[in-house]
Parts: sequence; C-alpha cells; structure tokens
Amino acid sequence: MLFQRLAGNDLFSSLREMQRLQDSLNRVLSSAPNHSAEYPLVNVWTSENGAIVRAEVPGIAPEDVDISLVHDTLTIRGSRKPEELKEGEARYRHERGFGGFTRSLQLPFGVEGDKVEAKFASGVLQITLPRAEAEKPRRISVVSES
Amino acid sequence: MANELMEMNKQEVMSRDDAEHTRTQKLYTPATDIHETQEQLTLLADMPGVKQDGVEITLEQNILTIYGHLDAPEFPGYNLTYAEYGMGGYRRVFALSNEIDRDGIQASVKNGVLKLILPKSKRAMPRKISVQAE
Repeated sequence: MLFQRLAGNDLFSSLREMQRLQDSLNRVLSSAPNHSAEYPLVNVWTSENGAIVRAEVPGIAPEDVDISLVHDTLTIRGSRKPEELKEGEARYRHERGFGGFTRSLQLPFGVEGDKVEAKFASGVLQITLPRAEAEKPRRISVVSES
Repeated sequence: MANELMEMNKQEVMSRDDAEHTRTQKLYTPATDIHETQEQLTLLADMPGVKQDGVEITLEQNILTIYGHLDAPEFPGYNLTYAEYGMGGYRRVFALSNEIDRDGIQASVKNGVLKLILPKSKRAMPRKISVQAE
C-alpha cells in the first residue's frame, strides 16, 4: 500500500470508526428517521432581524442546489455527482458521499420572502432570511398616568 | 443511486502526536477519496469553508500532512442558536511511499474540495522489458 492512515491507528479512533460503522448499519436497518441521516447539516444564527442558515455542501456546484421557501419553511435540495473514474483508474479509498438530498427547516418566524439571499463560497451555502416586518418584536412604551 | 441520501458525519481528529496546536480551533478529519492510476494518485478531500490560501500541505520525510484553516463565521448581532455541525479546521496525515515525485505535486481547491495530484516517480512506473531473441 502506498498510503497508510497514520492518524487512524490508535485505539480511540478505532472505537470511533466502529461507532460510525454501527451508526451506518443502524441507519440501513431501521427505516425510522435518524438524525445523522440528515444532509446537509445546518447551523443557524438568529437575531431580532432574522436568521442566517449555513450548510456545508463541499463539491457541489452552486447550480446544482435549489433553495425554496414556503411560508416559514426553507427547503434545500441538491445532488452531488459521483466522481467518475478515468480509464485505468482504481478507487483506493472512498469516503466522500454522493447522491441527492433534501432538507427542510421550519423557521421560528415568518420570512420576508423577497429579501432572502443565498451565497455560495468554498462549499458552504449561506442563506440570509430577514424576518417579516410585521412579525418583528415591537417596543411598547408605557405612559404613566399622573 | 441518485436518490440515495448523502451522509456525512464530521469526525474530530484524535491526535496521536503530542504536538499542541497554536490555534484554538477544533480540527476535523476530512472525508477523502483516493484514486490511483499507473502514473499518479489523486486525492480528494472535503474541506468545506476552506479557501485556496487556507490550505497548507507539508511533506516531511514521507509524511504528507494536509491542513485546512478557515475563519469561524461571525455575524455581529446574531447568536448561534442551533448547531448541527462542528466548526473548525481540517487535518489529516498520510504516509507516502518513496515512489512519489515530490516536485510534481499539484494542489487546488474548488467548492471546498481539495484536490491533490501526486505523480509517481519515473522509477516506480511499470516498465516494459523487451526480450531480445538471441
């Protein structure tokens, strides 16, 4: 073997590897929804003014991603093409997944649909969702009656 | 296979060496594909968020280390309220045989995927030996 993964030789990462295998097996064996089967994973930042959703989708071209918004539900759809092998090429290690995916997120507020922005940089999708003006928290001043 | 759901769990690097990192970032093991032909090895590693200038490749003796550094995203006025994936850099170590032509190594990053081309040295390529009739 020309390559050997040095970092994977210790006991703990072997255990982790086993855990990962077990997770994959469980996923195959049970049809119940499983958290780790979700793709892409998302991180969400929020403020009074809206939300920013980031998802890691390496190796996917921006045109292969489709984002839609219905009321307060954001849906990310797309696919990653498998890496085609060239003539005479052998696959040596295959860890990167491929295939289609759909992910829906329900946001805790209504979204200003016209102002949603999506950016794509270095395999990270970033969607900015401004909160609908009518739903923004309002400060109510208290007038004292003297 | 097109409808099969993609899966990816980030794995944090369990470091074997005792080297301390000078950055406080977490490091993850990038999922990697390796393809081989008679002339070269192609290594593809998923490093979402890493730009071209964030990649560091070192080759010491025969140990190839790939690092991917990135700046943690910050949004002033916003709080991270829901997190499914860990944020940090990437690191992975491979032991190369001596059959790689070190000067010919090429690296590029596209859409968060690092592509490394490791040409085999001329010595390691299969040679045809013709048999001469006496």
